[in-house]
Amino acid sequence: MSCKQAILDVQNVEVNRGGVPVLSIPQLAIMKGEILSLIGPNAAGKSTLLLMLAGLQKISRGKIFFNGQSINEKSVFFDYRRRVTMVFQESLLFDTTVYENVASGLKIHGIKQREIRLRVEEYLERFGILHLIRRSARKLSGGEAQRTSLARAFAIRPEIIFLDEPFSSLDAPTKELLISDLGRILGETKTTAVLATHEQSEALRLSDRLAVMKNGRIVQIGTPTEVINYPVDEFVASFVGTETILMGVVKEKEAGSFIVFVNDHKIEVAGTANLKDEVILCIRPENVMVSKGIASTNTSARNNFRGKIIKINPAGFIHKLHIDCGFPIVAFITNHSLESLSLKTGDDVAVSFKATAIHAIIKKF
Amino acid sequence: MDLIVEGISKAFYLLFTFDKEVFAVTWLSLKVSGIATLISLFIGISAATIVSLTRFPGRKMVISLINMGMGLPPVVVGLFVMILFWRNGPLGFMEMLYTPMAMVIAQAVIATPIVTGISLAALQSLPKDLHLQILALGATRFQMIWILLKESRLPLLAAVMAGFGSVISEVGASIMVGGNIKGSSRVLTTATVMETSRGNFDIAIALSIILLLLIFIINFILTCIQQHERPR
Repeated sequence: MSCKQAILDVQNVEVNRGGVPVLSIPQLAIMKGEILSLIGPNAAGKSTLLLMLAGLQKISRGKIFFNGQSINEKSVFFDYRRRVTMVFQESLLFDTTVYENVASGLKIHGIKQREIRLRVEEYLERFGILHLIRRSARKLSGGEAQRTSLARAFAIRPEIIFLDEPFSSLDAPTKELLISDLGRILGETKTTAVLATHEQSEALRLSDRLAVMKNGRIVQIGTPTEVINYPVDEFVASFVGTETILMGVVKEKEAGSFIVFVNDHKIEVAGTANLKDEVILCIRPENVMVSKGIASTNTSARNNFRGKIIKINPAGFIHKLHIDCGFPIVAFITNHSLESLSLKTGDDVAVSFKATAIHAIIKKF
Repeated sequence: MDLIVEGISKAFYLLFTFDKEVFAVTWLSLKVSGIATLISLFIGISAATIVSLTRFPGRKMVISLINMGMGLPPVVVGLFVMILFWRNGPLGFMEMLYTPMAMVIAQAVIATPIVTGISLAALQSLPKDLHLQILALGATRFQMIWILLKESRLPLLAAVMAGFGSVISEVGASIMVGGNIKGSSRVLTTATVMETSRGNFDIAIALSIILLLLIFIINFILTCIQQHERPR
């Protein structure tokens, strides 16, 4: 990442409201051409960060550099605002036709009428809504309206596009199609993008990097694999879908691994830790294997337990099994496997997971 | 009944014979109320834009005052404008009392809160983040305001109709600050009051019909513009 050029560099920025800090970003570099997703619960500060980066929210302290130039300077600021844009959760279309909506940003930029027509058609085509060009914005479906809003933003050919939960008001199939089209268009146009979302699935599909936010701060930033597999704390772990989070103490050490006692159960974890370290163990549900009956010995997994199913929750194409092994653990099972094993609440099952599938966070005091 | 029939026939007679005095009175009514409405639009829309886009202490109080002003009694406005321009009043040196200019000012005072209130409601009914979206498309603050006003154009036309309607039909302030002087400050409403008090009901009815026709024609034109603009 360091060899890439930062298009936007945030240094010690703070946003206060009524004297209370609502956003505090000591350092954040956004690389040219990357797609960075901001994930976090509601009121984590994602929208405020986007507004601030888009130049629509005053900062109380700190500096933002765009291609090395500080946008705090008035002379740079307006030019910067014209080189970036933002799309909101609501499509916020004007009460006119689709054509006029997409043309509006270009008119604001003072682009000539002939060029406007070409650009509007180009971006409506890219978003697959050229056939709606003459339609009134009032008559669009949610998906069509958000496509128009995105086309309007892309038509001005921004260097950075900020997307504030643009899919959250759409139904699932519409959202799927739009996410895939947006990913393609971002790739084709090589536009840098910062996407705020509270759904990690959206972020995972689009982003090069994820930033997890909480209480106006970035708690962790990294590639999706880093954040998902190596969360820095319990909050990140649970937010990125780690269903099993266990507290324990390191009681034994071996070469390349250590043993953690969780409710008197020994769990082997790959890695290094010191004896008596208090650790948080994160086990993702997709890494937990479940079989019917007693614990299987026919597995390379170092952790094998017997447990009882206490709850089965459907979760789309899979089911979520809540199992009590003396400690709670959650596993995913396909709908097909659930049926073929004819598992039900109260059944005894064998649970296994690899020592390398556990991420241990050593508690710091 | 005869009185009404007589009044209506008199109205058409005055209209079709192009009665000079009636036309002078009608033209002055249009001019005074038209200018007053234009002034109120300028002040009202500007004030509504500021109030809707900014946050400041006492904002709720300002909005309450605007809403209260929508029901401002014309006689009270007339009284204060009269005191203002009275010979010994603060602006007495301008010698504007009993002139159409004083009537324009009084009518503008009546129409401004109405225009401001309706414009404010129109701007506040726009989506919350629309102004940010416009800025995010690269707009200057001026461009942003212009686009917001364009987005509110239909309710803003209603503000024009309400503002004009309130002043063309008011009589209290006009008679107090204009004085109903023949050939100078006599408008349709003040002339109607005078003719009624004189017992000339036929002329009073005729003037009333002309006033109603005027209001109808102007509102019809504005309604046509409004409904034509409305996307189907």
